[in-house]
Amino acid sequence: MAQFRVCPDTGFYFDKSAESLMKANAVAGAVALLIAGIMALGVVLTRWQEVHLLPADMFYQVLTSHGINALIFWIIFFEVAILYFASSTLLRSRLAAPRWAWTGFALMLIGAVMNNVAVLQGNSSVMMTSYVPMQAEPHFYLGLILFAVGALIACFVFLGTLVIARDDRTYDGSIPLVTFGALTAAIIAIFTIACGAIILVPTFLWSIGYIHHIDAAMYRVIWWGLGHSSQQINVAAHVSVWYLITGVLFGARPMSEKVSRTAFLLYIFFLQLASAHHILVDPGISSEWKVFNTSYAMYLAVLASMIHGLTVPGAMEVAQRGKGLTKGLFEWLRKAPWGNPVFSGFFISLFTFGFIGGITGVVMGTEQINLIIHNTIYVPAHFHATVVTGTTLTFMALTYLLIPLLFRRAVFLPWVAKMQPYVFGGGMTLMILFMLGAGTLGVSRRHWDMDFTGAALSFEYPGTAYMMMAVGAIGGVLGVVGGAMYLIVTVGSLLFGKKLDEKAGFLQSFGVPMPASAYNVEQPERLPMAPQVVEEHGSAGFEAPGTFVLAMGLLVCFVVYYFINWDYLASVWPLS
Amino acid sequence: MTSFLPPSERIWWNVPVGKQEIVWIGIALVWCLIMFFMMPYWHIYGKQNLSNEAYQTTPAKFQAKVDEMVEKYQVGEEAGIPIVRPPAGSDVYMLGRLWQWYPILEFEKDQSYRVHLSSMDWNHGFSLQPVNINLQILPGYEMVVTMTPDQAGDYAVVCNEYCGIGHHTMLGKIIVKEN
Repeated sequence: MAQFRVCPDTGFYFDKSAESLMKANAVAGAVALLIAGIMALGVVLTRWQEVHLLPADMFYQVLTSHGINALIFWIIFFEVAILYFASSTLLRSRLAAPRWAWTGFALMLIGAVMNNVAVLQGNSSVMMTSYVPMQAEPHFYLGLILFAVGALIACFVFLGTLVIARDDRTYDGSIPLVTFGALTAAIIAIFTIACGAIILVPTFLWSIGYIHHIDAAMYRVIWWGLGHSSQQINVAAHVSVWYLITGVLFGARPMSEKVSRTAFLLYIFFLQLASAHHILVDPGISSEWKVFNTSYAMYLAVLASMIHGLTVPGAMEVAQRGKGLTKGLFEWLRKAPWGNPVFSGFFISLFTFGFIGGITGVVMGTEQINLIIHNTIYVPAHFHATVVTGTTLTFMALTYLLIPLLFRRAVFLPWVAKMQPYVFGGGMTLMILFMLGAGTLGVSRRHWDMDFTGAALSFEYPGTAYMMMAVGAIGGVLGVVGGAMYLIVTVGSLLFGKKLDEKAGFLQSFGVPMPASAYNVEQPERLPMAPQVVEEHGSAGFEAPGTFVLAMGLLVCFVVYYFINWDYLASVWPLS
Repeated sequence: MTSFLPPSERIWWNVPVGKQEIVWIGIALVWCLIMFFMMPYWHIYGKQNLSNEAYQTTPAKFQAKVDEMVEKYQVGEEAGIPIVRPPAGSDVYMLGRLWQWYPILEFEKDQSYRVHLSSMDWNHGFSLQPVNINLQILPGYEMVVTMTPDQAGDYAVVCNEYCGIGHHTMLGKIIVKEN
């Protein structure tokens, strides 16, 4: 029974079930992104104090919905699609247990809908973190639990597919680096979901009255094993996608398999412990524990990200230089395809993730510096640099690659697609930078009114803080416009994009397989190892000098900004 | 090509690593070590550290301590909230509840106070402005921080952990007087 089709443009083999599942998951993710984006507009226009759009109850409701849809549903649906792509498609293997995979998808869908219903009903505006003892409706927690179980099934389908590919010997040698990165993401995901189960199942039981008390500190410690680790799934996944994009666009090969894979391994060993940096100013947790977790653990993960920060653009530079773009330090970058949204999205994401997300994350994760940052709007500024201009923009760039490959459609309104990464990345970066500034001035996150209307006492933030929130909000609106452009292009492509295969109809975009005749390959040829490279490795000169200069630039910014924050900390009241 | 193909060497582990990567990993590792040493260094030489002193408590027990202090040292009232001037160096209590920081504290500049903080209900965030010191306050836990205000003036305690519909009205106050 033939079940593969070959992509005529790239030579990728798509398994029938894997293909349908990837499409269904990607489309479900895009719907979550749509909801998240609409909610984002409400958040941004309310925190812009001069506009102050929504009333308080609606603001907190919209903020809860925005957080959960953007951080959990959009990203994890899309990541499941990536897991199936990295296992079945890249390894030319059939997907393990497609029925289980569909069951997982159904659970995720039911969970996402249930949680959204709970939030929209209005009694579950508890924010994404849902810190106890503030209580949401039981179906708020149950929705999250079902979603997590579905995602867990998807992880096991991914692992099963790796086993099948190995048993069937569908590839020679070791799994490719991109699959290795996806495997990292899946392992972290399993740990993350375990933490989620440990804390959300009792919380659900508490919400229906079977458990009498949940300790507030215990909840925060374990919840962050879910909350932060889930962001590490994103990092592992989007770094894998960066390697994939440099491979597809430039034919780049990793500078060193050993270095890149070891860096992924460091994520598995150390990222989870780094969750401790969310509880640096909590009572009852010792300094030794905090220092151990945020330094030995977190810095080894930071080291891994710094390694990828060199090897991803480095691989691209080596490939570009190989094509003769050798003039000066940066010809390889200047002459990159900046008009191709796959590239521009990838590169803006790489840059903002490293320079803004990475640096701010380490700074605020420092035990004492956290005192001047905890729960200010600096925190969401940081994670918008990692999860929005980092992960989300990477996934958007990948979508432009997948529309022709997977959905067999031409990109609709290519000029919109061309501008989209700049509008989205630029707007969000503006928002992030000004939110970082406002946070440094002490503006609170998750706060409806910086004027404190109705409070018995009064306090006024400096005028600069208002200005920063306003400029940030303009950036946020631009970001929402960029997000809308993405959805117009993707939905438009699925509906009106030129069919690259006449069998790729409307229903096919949503997961219904193409007619049987499209799948005419029984079993693809074994995936060969990459060709040997002739040029010798480890020569006296640097292979990618431009990248090295960029990396040193990152380090200088990092060091300067790190010590500026110590200096700022030294100016506040002495505490002991 | 090889990022999505199996590595070109079967035993890719043995392929030597380029000089550029080794240099960069070395630099990054040194930087990570410096960042690690900064934290213990600050514990010894820096002036802004948390004490690690905390106790399990209950809202009723903590409330009793607050009330006792208010009764002893109240010097005034603002907007219905007592203003309390405890002696320098003493144990001082402030509680967070929906939606108030209670009571208002009056400190002397350059004197130290052992400030005990706890919540009566949900999570709250103690955000002292415009100094910008931020602490997480949990119900059931009593956190002790020794504060030494080094500038006179009126300071606000903003709640910066979401605590429901009245969250934005939750403001407290600490007054620091010249001695």
